[in-house]
Amino acid sequence: MSEPAATATENRACFELRGASQTLTVMELHHFDPDALERDLRDKIRQAPNFFRDLPLVIGLDHYEGNAADLDFFQLIGICRTHSIQVLGVRGGDDDIRRLARNAALAWLPGGQASAPRPVPDPEQDTAENTEEGAPAITSTGAGRLVKQPVRSGQQVYAPEGDLIIMAPVGAGAEVLAAGHIHIYGPLRGRALAGVHGDTSASIFCQSLEAELVSVAGHYKISEDLQGDDWRTPARIRLEGDVLTVDPLTR
Amino acid sequence: MARIIVVTSGKGGVGKTTTSASISTGLAQRGYKTAVIDFDVGLRNLDLIMNCERRVVYDFVNVIQGEATLNQALIRDKRVENLFILPASQTRDKEALTAEGVQKVLDEMSETFDYLVCDSPAGIEHGALMALYHADEAIVVTNPEVSSVRDSDRILGILQSKSRRAEQGMDPVKEHLLLTRYNSERVERGEMLSLEDVNDILSISLLGVIPESQAVLNASNQGSPVILEDESEAGGAYADAVARLLGEERPLRFLDGQKKGFLKRMFGG
Repeated sequence: MSEPAATATENRACFELRGASQTLTVMELHHFDPDALERDLRDKIRQAPNFFRDLPLVIGLDHYEGNAADLDFFQLIGICRTHSIQVLGVRGGDDDIRRLARNAALAWLPGGQASAPRPVPDPEQDTAENTEEGAPAITSTGAGRLVKQPVRSGQQVYAPEGDLIIMAPVGAGAEVLAAGHIHIYGPLRGRALAGVHGDTSASIFCQSLEAELVSVAGHYKISEDLQGDDWRTPARIRLEGDVLTVDPLTR
Repeated sequence: MARIIVVTSGKGGVGKTTTSASISTGLAQRGYKTAVIDFDVGLRNLDLIMNCERRVVYDFVNVIQGEATLNQALIRDKRVENLFILPASQTRDKEALTAEGVQKVLDEMSETFDYLVCDSPAGIEHGALMALYHADEAIVVTNPEVSSVRDSDRILGILQSKSRRAEQGMDPVKEHLLLTRYNSERVERGEMLSLEDVNDILSISLLGVIPESQAVLNASNQGSPVILEDESEAGGAYADAVARLLGEERPLRFLDGQKKGFLKRMFGG
């Protein structure tokens, strides 16, 4: 019964290597105190248990203030694992940290772009092209991405550079991510994550806020925390200092 | 070349097989040579609804594996001319549907038929993917409740990314929404989503609204597609849906309790 499938796979190479970019959650570590970490982590998880289940995590050390010697990666991994969070690697830090990470079998990634400036989108670039119907749904412009069709449950749209503009609804169970701003000309019912590389000046704009989750530069709010006056109204979500705030779009 | 229509939903129990039976019967009644193909290998039901379960000798999987010819497996419907049923296998599993095998059978059928209606299994796994892969058009069957609408949204996303038309960069699959088990009283009481709610979430063109009706249940128990029950509301609604599928304009019927202005809004633009 499975013979035809077997012969088809035999002719193909075992694997191919491809470049891929994946959005990951980074835990920016300021100092390492196992007890405090355990406690704070448990608090966070209680707020959004589904978000954290089997979450792949990178430890960010760009803002680490303690000594490299205090960092016990084995203990850190242990704490995360008890909460079913999978530590993949370490970002940033000096050579000592790099060595410690290697000893703990963690991958080391070069320092973060938390403060890297965002490319300024060229306003004239998006206007003229792609007016015909039936063209591929997703248009990649130099400075961002323009999507004309609804983003459906289970779909993910990512603008690794610049802004993401969606001229349709974002359905429940869909996810949209951008390095810069996210504009949604329709209701936002799924998840929207702006400033995924750490741009704290990014915003999310939508015509009706019905989101499952909104996030700017890693600061997020879930649906439960968004049920204020701005629910189901046009809204802008932005960071004010360290606090994610929701403003009405119409005044 | 036949036009290939997949009847799909993601969620189970929403009326895919009932819809496949009625739409294919309706197309055949209009004089188009039509075959309805059961992709639900292992859980076949279509033959029951089409009342041909005692005439199944060979099935879809037999044809794919070269154990029978297409003509041996196709069952001619006794009530409607031009209508044929290709039943699923009850004893195999969905992996028996290979991409190459399905392609070969559909290519062969395309030469002689006008319409091929593919009855998809529930879910988004292999069987459902095989059913939707070759589609030119998709009828997304949805009940007016949140989980069904969510699953339909998911299947629309899959149609846009995993169908042959998407993979080969052709014109996208033409999507139609068919709202089934619609009960206007329960909508008014707030127990069901309204047509407007569903349209707001899915935003695809509406093929029809089938009212919740005892006639549907009776018809499937008797092995007769409900579209043959001319006097029932559900039968009439399916006949309208077939007409719209063929590009005719029909006003929406059987939506008691909906305001007139609303109907105009649906079809005005």
